[in-house]
Amino acid sequence: MRALFAFVAGGIFGTGLLVSGMTDTRKVQGWLDVFGDWDPTLAFVLGGAIIPMAIAWRFTVGRRPQLGGEFPPPPEPKLGHNLVVGSLLFGAGWGLAGLCPGPAMASLSYGGLGGFVFLAAMMAGMFAAPPVRGWVDGLAGSS
Amino acid sequence: MEQDWIWGLVGGGLIGTAAAVYLLINGRIMGASGILGGLVDGSGWHHWAERVAFIVGIVLVPIAFVPLYTEVDTHISSNYAVLIVAGLLVGVGSRLANGCTSGHGVCGISRFSLRGIVATVFYLMAGGVAVLLFKHILGVI
Repeated sequence: MRALFAFVAGGIFGTGLLVSGMTDTRKVQGWLDVFGDWDPTLAFVLGGAIIPMAIAWRFTVGRRPQLGGEFPPPPEPKLGHNLVVGSLLFGAGWGLAGLCPGPAMASLSYGGLGGFVFLAAMMAGMFAAPPVRGWVDGLAGSS
Repeated sequence: MEQDWIWGLVGGGLIGTAAAVYLLINGRIMGASGILGGLVDGSGWHHWAERVAFIVGIVLVPIAFVPLYTEVDTHISSNYAVLIVAGLLVGVGSRLANGCTSGHGVCGISRFSLRGIVATVFYLMAGGVAVLLFKHILGVI
């Protein structure tokens, strides 16, 4: 059952990314291109996604997930170096290719060979992340 | 072109609905980088079936909708060096930050998470600088 609903969620997510235009790297780069021909679409996508999710978070209060377990605990208020360094690196790659992890997976069936090249590099980056995280912590601790 | 914002809103609504399903039914945060990254580095192998099912859904279900469009073009760069550098940055960065556009952006901001908001501000800034640098100054994209 958990896998079934994960499949459903993934399917709706992938379809939403296609419908919204967020698997089109030009639209994403257009949103980030504040000094060029700016495309505001991504703001509507993010707004449209946050509204149902904000309602969902409200609905979690005093309840449990339908399939058991617990809802994720509130996020730690601690920010940390890895959050900032990671977000800067992620954003730079996002701007460079116009792809983030969700659309990279959602567009695999229609993105051609380039989509697989990006995905393979992204997975290599994910594999390398744990030691890099330790390294950032070390630098932050010694400074 | 004028309808782009409407489709953005509709697609965004689907993305938020997907995140709500994953939260309310499975009790989990729908973060694309976390779901895939946990399989890649082994930290999420105890939830492997759920993660694999999610990825199968995100990859395969859009195939049913692509024929509704006269053309679907991701306009992805044909420069593999650009794709490899960008992919490495996205992979490392999203895992260091513990989230990407879906986890921090959609799921984090909607619960007013300070971490989600801070991450979103930094990756938007870096993305804007990257497009300015690589498109307008260096002209490689």
